[in-house]
Amino acid sequence: MKDTKAEAFLRFDNVKKSYDQQNLVVKGFDMDVQEGEFITLLGPSGSGKTTVLMMLAGFESVTSGDIAISGKSINKTAPNKRNIGMVFQNYALFPHMTVAENLAYPLSVRKMPKAEIKDRVAEYLALVELSAFGDRRPGQLSGGQRQRVALARAMIFQPTLILMDEPLGALDKNLREQMQFEITRLHKQIGFTVIYVTHDQTEALSMSDRIAVFNDGVVQQCAPPAELYERPVNAFVAEFIGENNFVQGRVTRIEGEIAKVETDTGTITTQTSEGLTEGAQCRVSIRPEKLFIHPTTHAHDNALTATFVTRIYVGDFIRYYFRLPDSTDIIVKVLNDLSAPEFEEGAMAQLLSLTKDCIAFAD
Amino acid sequence: MSNRVSSLSSQDAANARRQMRRRRTQAFLFVVPLLVFILFAFVAPITTMLFRSVYNPTVAELVPETLAMLEDWEGEDLPDEATITQFAIDMKRMANDRTSGRFADEINRALPGMSSVVKSTARGLRRADDDELAANGAEMLLEKNDRWSNPATWRAIRSAGQVYTSSYYLTAVDMEYDSEGDIVQRDTQIYKQLYTKTLKMALIITGLTMLLGYPLAFYMSQASPATANFLMVFVLLPFWTSLLVRTTAWIALLQAGGVVNSSLLWAGLINEPIELLYNEFSTILAMTHILLPFMVLPLYAVMRGIDASFMRAAISMGSNPIGAWYKIYLPMSLPGLSAGALLVFIISVGYYITPALVGGTDGQMISNIIAFHMQVSNNWELAAALGSLLLILILVLYWLFDRFVGTDNLKLG
Repeated sequence: MKDTKAEAFLRFDNVKKSYDQQNLVVKGFDMDVQEGEFITLLGPSGSGKTTVLMMLAGFESVTSGDIAISGKSINKTAPNKRNIGMVFQNYALFPHMTVAENLAYPLSVRKMPKAEIKDRVAEYLALVELSAFGDRRPGQLSGGQRQRVALARAMIFQPTLILMDEPLGALDKNLREQMQFEITRLHKQIGFTVIYVTHDQTEALSMSDRIAVFNDGVVQQCAPPAELYERPVNAFVAEFIGENNFVQGRVTRIEGEIAKVETDTGTITTQTSEGLTEGAQCRVSIRPEKLFIHPTTHAHDNALTATFVTRIYVGDFIRYYFRLPDSTDIIVKVLNDLSAPEFEEGAMAQLLSLTKDCIAFAD
Repeated sequence: MSNRVSSLSSQDAANARRQMRRRRTQAFLFVVPLLVFILFAFVAPITTMLFRSVYNPTVAELVPETLAMLEDWEGEDLPDEATITQFAIDMKRMANDRTSGRFADEINRALPGMSSVVKSTARGLRRADDDELAANGAEMLLEKNDRWSNPATWRAIRSAGQVYTSSYYLTAVDMEYDSEGDIVQRDTQIYKQLYTKTLKMALIITGLTMLLGYPLAFYMSQASPATANFLMVFVLLPFWTSLLVRTTAWIALLQAGGVVNSSLLWAGLINEPIELLYNEFSTILAMTHILLPFMVLPLYAVMRGIDASFMRAAISMGSNPIGAWYKIYLPMSLPGLSAGALLVFIISVGYYITPALVGGTDGQMISNIIAFHMQVSNNWELAAALGSLLLILILVLYWLFDRFVGTDNLKLG
């Protein structure tokens, strides 16, 4: 993140949206975005993230609250005057125009001289490595090529912001990774500000400066990827981002940042989270890769006793399924190396973890 | 194993070929009933019509000997006596086997006024003595009527006797052969004017359905599925009522004592009923109403396939909504628009029932004249020629459309 200015580059101030005059789809969205930041709005479908994007682009009106760019409210600005570039999931390349004409469209709308348009189009075609494809129609391009054209078209008029609405959703896995790399490269090279909407957490984690996790119209947490993964603020984020195990228990004591949780299989020392009180029921989250099967050389603070159910060979790692006495399933991911143990079905095992990897959430 | 070569053996190829042939035969059998139907109901009648417009054997069958003798005639003075005598013999035969009426009709078409001349002459010659006729036939014929002494009459008989003739086509474009055999304009100009009017009305109707249909189809494509389905029922509603009922409903609305006139009178906007019915106005109005679904349906089908993101993309890039519509949405919806326009235009060019019912004399279109020649004047050859010209006209227009818009741009759904 760059140094925080007094006025954020893009500010959402208590933005609300209702379609039916009864229910809020977006409930009081606040966020400050710095110039050049890559922000991802992540959430399940129907969580309100796309609505936020549409309000920002101007295709949906803001029910209440304010969206401001460089301190100036854009609530009343027509969408074509907002100077915001957009990349759509279906690319929205104009099928009756060639690639070059597609790129030239935003420039010709701005009445740029013809010669200048030609140079700029050539420059941006080169930027997305499609110089030889200017005369093709979008229909003659592959999915990845279309996506690159759509990117170039959103950047070519040097918009204040670029919005991307699940831009990689229609691509297959390999191409998606390639395009993630491509978008990150262009973002670093040109330094534009991106608001990116996706429901794919891998995409969000690998590309973003910060991620806002949406659920039910509310931002659950807005933080850099590592913090989101390591320090989720509530059970929804812990469950939504990555895989997680949850162990049911009761908080017996809270000492600063550390809580003691009593479970059926013994006491676990955990990190605390907001809203946790002594004596209350809670859920302890532990990531599958932060659990180790005894015997191990890893240091540990907690131990759970569980019954082995099965193991699934994935390739680069092995997934072990255990069951706690209260029939909670526990998954452990172990790297596929010599230390991966073998179990008989029904065998008992000790699952070890560190206090810093366990977080207790109020139930 | 060495004998398991990966290439196709001749046995394999034969098997594959036989399987493919069986699949093709099966697929073909599905369309055989339709093919037979089309052959009988479409290809055969059109071929007959095209043929009939140039083929006219009636006169040639009635007076073959006379025609054969007329072939050597130069056409300036009267034919020689032998020819006229032969014709007198033919007239007696026709009078007796009651074919002189048909002959009279045919000659009358080539030379107006000849019908009564032929008929009275035939009556006069019916009881003539065969021997006297053979000896003195020419004189007997010539004294029956002055017109037999006019070479133009004989020229008319000779030209009517041509089995293959282009004269119906000439009539259909208001031309004829003059006495010297040159092609000249006819005195009365009917058909060219009618074709022009038909095309003009079809164009107006197409334009009106576009104006009404485009916004509706756009609204439906943007509306929620429930609203779109509800509106679709109204678009399709006309198809569920008889065409005749819908057209007569317009009569009830527009006639002098009809709903529109009585409302206007009651409101004091007019003092006497205005003429809304039996003119071009009522024809265009009723046909626009009837043909509107043919515009809306292909338009809606195409527009529903245009994602909202295209317009949004254009607008986000700085284009105003109207510019974005013109540059992006219109070209993308063009396949539907041109399909709808082509459908409405072609249907309305050949439309019959509505102009017949509400058109009066002003609102008649070419199809009404074709029907007139089929049913009233019994001139099937002219009707066929007019119909063939209509067909050619539509083919030419379709060709032009293909040149300038392109038929691969057509999309019916």
